[in-house]
Amino acid sequence: MPARGDAGRDASVPSLAWLRRLGRRVLAFCSRLGRANLFILRVLAGMPSVIPRFHLVMAQIYHVGVLSLAIIVFSALNVGMVLGLQMYNTLVNFDAESALGPVVALSLVRELGPVVAALLFAGRAGSALTAEIGLMKATEQLSSMEMMAVDPVRRIVAPRLLAGVLAMPLLAIIFCAVGIGGGYFVGVGLLGVDEGAFWSQMQDQVDWSEDVVNGIIKSVVFGVVVTWIAVFEGYESEPTAEGVSRATTRSVVYASLAVLFLDFVLTALMFGAF
Amino acid sequence: MKQKDTMEIMVGLFVLAAVAALFMLAMKVSNLTTLNEDEGYVLYARFDNIGGLKVMSPVRAGGVLVGRVVAIEYDQDRFEARVKMAIDPRYDRFPRDTTASIFTAGLLGEQYISLEAGGEEAYLGNGDEIRLTQSAFILEQVLGRLFYDQAAQ
Repeated sequence: MPARGDAGRDASVPSLAWLRRLGRRVLAFCSRLGRANLFILRVLAGMPSVIPRFHLVMAQIYHVGVLSLAIIVFSALNVGMVLGLQMYNTLVNFDAESALGPVVALSLVRELGPVVAALLFAGRAGSALTAEIGLMKATEQLSSMEMMAVDPVRRIVAPRLLAGVLAMPLLAIIFCAVGIGGGYFVGVGLLGVDEGAFWSQMQDQVDWSEDVVNGIIKSVVFGVVVTWIAVFEGYESEPTAEGVSRATTRSVVYASLAVLFLDFVLTALMFGAF
Repeated sequence: MKQKDTMEIMVGLFVLAAVAALFMLAMKVSNLTTLNEDEGYVLYARFDNIGGLKVMSPVRAGGVLVGRVVAIEYDQDRFEARVKMAIDPRYDRFPRDTTASIFTAGLLGEQYISLEAGGEEAYLGNGDEIRLTQSAFILEQVLGRLFYDQAAQ
């Protein structure tokens, strides 16, 4: 926090004003990051009390997982079909259209499956989580819970975080499988790639632990980050209509940026040469 | 209560769909599956050089997919590669003088084993070895030989 007493003095020195603004930004960012970390520690400390009340998590898996299924399946089918179509156009020039299977499968399992599913999850489920918790805060439902000695972090936030972390990898796996199905439909069904070559080359080049498991690990990390940002933004939102709307926007924007950045970091760690 | 039941059923279906998708990724997409080598008709062939042949590469006869390569190993005594092929049990009559050659599909395509039947009456049995083989086309070797022949002339 900038020292209030210096404000008047600094304003008279305009060259320092931008420096102070920069400092304030950085400090605000750091304190927000710190609060997010303290918040997740509180949520994790509340996790053990969630396990006996698993029906709360179940209800949240329904909301963030099952209800996201339609958009995930639709997107996966289209992404897979476009991949099949575009890759075929290039590969056919080299007489290598039998490599369509591995190209579609590797790009889906390693990258597109976890990343696109996480982006859709942030837009579909993360925004809803933020808005719901933010509105609970704005309508003082959270404070009234505290009045009744019910910890809202344990009762509201922890089941939602756990549900998000559990649902995200399942959605990513479904995304990959449906996407490969879409690529198969276009490649083998419409464009006439040899079916045996499509699957056998895919099996030859896609490795279980190297590709599939790494993709699932990615989606678990994305699930943690997206849900964490969503519940934190909701919990920290200003308890006004405008505050909730801003928190929802921030939740989706930050979660998407975090997913894209972490994807690079994870890819470099998993597949990179350094 | 009713609503809660349907919700739980939906979550159950969701998890089931994910498990099915994971099963597909494991069995159909990645190489977690081990081919059942016991089934079918097994043939062996030795090559000086197998080039880019891999396990799971197709085995074709007359262009038709008749089997797959299930194992490749290096024979230390004869300094050759030994390739094990599992042939579809429907095709069990290859003459003893069948030739196994490693070809490439297209310029950059996958490599496969092509079986060309000979004229002998006797057939190869299960587990037999194909005597007549032709190694993979190695571009460097062919170019090297070409330049050598040119220089000799």
